Amino acid sequence: MKLTGAEIIWECLIREGVDVVFGYPGGAILPTYDAMTKYPQIHHVLTRHEQGATHMADGYARASGKVGVAIATSGPGATNMVTGIATAMMDSSPIVCITGQVGSRALGTDAFQETDVTGVTLPVTKHNYLVTKTADIARVIREAFYIAKSGRPGPVLVDITKDAQQLTAEFDWEAAAPKLPGYRPSLRALPSEYERALELINSAKRPVILAGQGIKLSGATAQVLELADTARIPIAVTLLGLGVVPASSPFNLGMMGMHGEAWVNQAIQQADLLIALGMRFDDRVTGNLKTYAPHAKKIHVEIDPSEVNKNVHVDVPLIGDLREVLEELLPKVRTSDRGEWWAKIAEMKGDSAVRDIQALPDNGHLYAAHVINDLWRATKDRETIVVTDVGQHQMWEAQYYRHEKPRSLITSGGLGTMGFALPAAIGAKFACPEKDVWVVVGDGGFQMTSCELATAEQEGIKVNVAIINNAFLGMVRQWQEFFYEKRYAATPMTGPDFVKLAEAYRLNGLRCDKRAEVNATVKATLADKRTTVVDFVVEQEDAVFPMVPAGADLDAMIRRPKREILAESGADKEWQMPNGESAAVSELALTGGPSKAASVPAAKRKPAPSLKKKSARTAPVAKAGKSKRR
Amino acid sequence: MPKHTLIAYVEDVPGVLNRVASLFRRRNFNIDSLTVGRTEQAGVSRLTVVVDATDAGARIVEANLYKLVNVLRVDDLTHKPALNRELGLVKVKVTAATRSQVLEFVDMFRARVVDVDEESLVIEVTGTPEKIGKFEMVLRPYGILELVRTGSVSMARGHDKLTANPPLVRAEVRSGAAADDHSHAGISMSV
Ligand SMILES: Cc1ncc(C[n+]2csc(CCOP(=O)(O)OP(=O)(O)O)c2C)c(N)n1
Repeated sequence: MKLTGAEIIWECLIREGVDVVFGYPGGAILPTYDAMTKYPQIHHVLTRHEQGATHMADGYARASGKVGVAIATSGPGATNMVTGIATAMMDSSPIVCITGQVGSRALGTDAFQETDVTGVTLPVTKHNYLVTKTADIARVIREAFYIAKSGRPGPVLVDITKDAQQLTAEFDWEAAAPKLPGYRPSLRALPSEYERALELINSAKRPVILAGQGIKLSGATAQVLELADTARIPIAVTLLGLGVVPASSPFNLGMMGMHGEAWVNQAIQQADLLIALGMRFDDRVTGNLKTYAPHAKKIHVEIDPSEVNKNVHVDVPLIGDLREVLEELLPKVRTSDRGEWWAKIAEMKGDSAVRDIQALPDNGHLYAAHVINDLWRATKDRETIVVTDVGQHQMWEAQYYRHEKPRSLITSGGLGTMGFALPAAIGAKFACPEKDVWVVVGDGGFQMTSCELATAEQEGIKVNVAIINNAFLGMVRQWQEFFYEKRYAATPMTGPDFVKLAEAYRLNGLRCDKRAEVNATVKATLADKRTTVVDFVVEQEDAVFPMVPAGADLDAMIRRPKREILAESGADKEWQMPNGESAAVSELALTGGPSKAASVPAAKRKPAPSLKKKSARTAPVAKAGKSKRR
Repeated sequence: MPKHTLIAYVEDVPGVLNRVASLFRRRNFNIDSLTVGRTEQAGVSRLTVVVDATDAGARIVEANLYKLVNVLRVDDLTHKPALNRELGLVKVKVTAATRSQVLEFVDMFRARVVDVDEESLVIEVTGTPEKIGKFEMVLRPYGILELVRTGSVSMARGHDKLTANPPLVRAEVRSGAAADDHSHAGISMSV
């Protein structure tokens, strides 16, 4: 059957099981949009920006485990996609981006809206294609989907010239896996490696499992829990791994890394064996590599061989699919109680509990951590996906929302992309329409892609947006507070009246600035059928604790003061800096800060004048000072 | 920094050289030389890449090369008996007085004169990169007007035939030492 290239694109998408695509039209992709009218079985979501389309495809992929699809025109449309593609690349999210390209005769002439998109996206795609012939389209799209979802998943871009979309070719589609002689996504670990791994696991006294999102990607939750249970091994979880084992599992210690739980990092540093499962020893997770887990042998189960020995020397690599590897190992793992090790961990935990901000009674001020924790309480019995943006709120979400299931948290971990949350949440909602989708986002990141509210409105879908509004680029402000002597250069930030903004989009807007009202606000949010934006007006100058300064030893954390001691004596108002230095705790972080701030609606709230003056005076020289600590 | 000689067999598709070169830049490895040409197999090109890397670094390069969809096979010839050859063309100044001295060097290096002019000779020389370096050194006092080198091509000695379906990642790649020399590892100061 002869079809146009544009028709072939849609025929292929249907055969790949695609039911929704996110995109934005333009001249070079117009033939494909025109052909779309013949394929009503695929729903097209018109986004407000191509970045939004890629994040939506990404959110869809992360929520469903299927491949997400984004479409854009050539040149500016395609370059707008780059941030979303890079985000998907860093977090191994399978998406296929289809872009229009100028006619093949015009290639290389700087034609209107021509950009070398395969060149631009080469470093941020798993693979990409420039297609100039109609006859190649079907094969290339087949390959693109196969590459995107197999092995270590990732984004694939297919750039198709306008004439290739317009001309016709014989359409035949092969269901079989494409033949790619250089691409071998399913590797197998070697028998000798299994033997060595078993020896280490069975003889370890203080083992820790490091659980990454590879567990989710290979569907190995049950196997990981069985390993932990059989050998009584504690599990530390990466940011992207949150949810791969239930937060409530007695084996789950919690999150590791820069803003991980203190006892988790301490346990890793004291471990004699790390069993890394589908994680990649990111610098946010290891801290200083020279002192990382110094007593531990390391087993690394990983599907991507280039991750093995990249950052950390590994004693036993097991390259292959996680579930297969664990299934092979499990029957030979010896049972053990490791009582001493668990006793030690309990000791370390005790010290941290007294520093938890949750222990702070309601003092009339709204802390982000409380908002998140109350949000969790109010939504935990419903099927909920939380999508976060990047910043302090992201870390508080990770710390205070207890994820029980894989794919219940979606967050930009590797690239740390502000502006990710709202569009990714819209994508997730398309993947899981029956679930509640919550966006947890800072006032800064929200303003980067808030235009996608219009997409939610046009599509009539409901996502719930919790803006954690501190009138600051909070996480950067925290670094300035800790390492740049509080020179708040370019971090105080005003925003619009978010309630009115929601209303302007014909959506529902709410505001909440009291802890006692969080629960009711969440209920009201869920009760409204429309997408609802809640402006949670929180403490302006709170910090995320603990914190491992970038490049510091993993257990050299800046800690929140022990609250009980504080309450008694008021003496110990100091952070413990990792090098033994101490810094005065901002009164604000403890007692509730500039007391007026919390009660003033964010829209009217101005950055404290003193801060503004200060930043004007000192900007932009951010002298290294304490930040040199590596 | 020690040098490593890697051979990559790649599918002969547009942009593949760009993909390989981009990988080295992206992973912060310096390419010393890179040559590419056809092989006995239709549709397969062969690259010889000399790269500044330690053994551990080379393992990382190798594993990353394997991630490129169009890369069929990678070999590291650094520690194997191998032939390394390069071609150099040297245009050197000569006078009536120096001509015979230069020709003597041409003889000694088993090079060939391929163009003769009143005031210059063009000499073709093949051999290991070291040999060509030496040749350049001895001619320099006469005045080198132009010099061009192709970069190294390499081949393993003997009939250690490439298997049709090589192991994707050799054992050394799996169990290499951590790449201490990989300077970016571990430190990042961005928020
Ligand atoms: C696109 C992008 N630009 C800049 C940054 C650097 N950055 C990281 S966190 C942060 C502040 C985020 O502020 P906000 O969105 O208000 O969230 P908060 O930290 O206050 O919760 C910034 C600017 C980033 N991660 N992404």
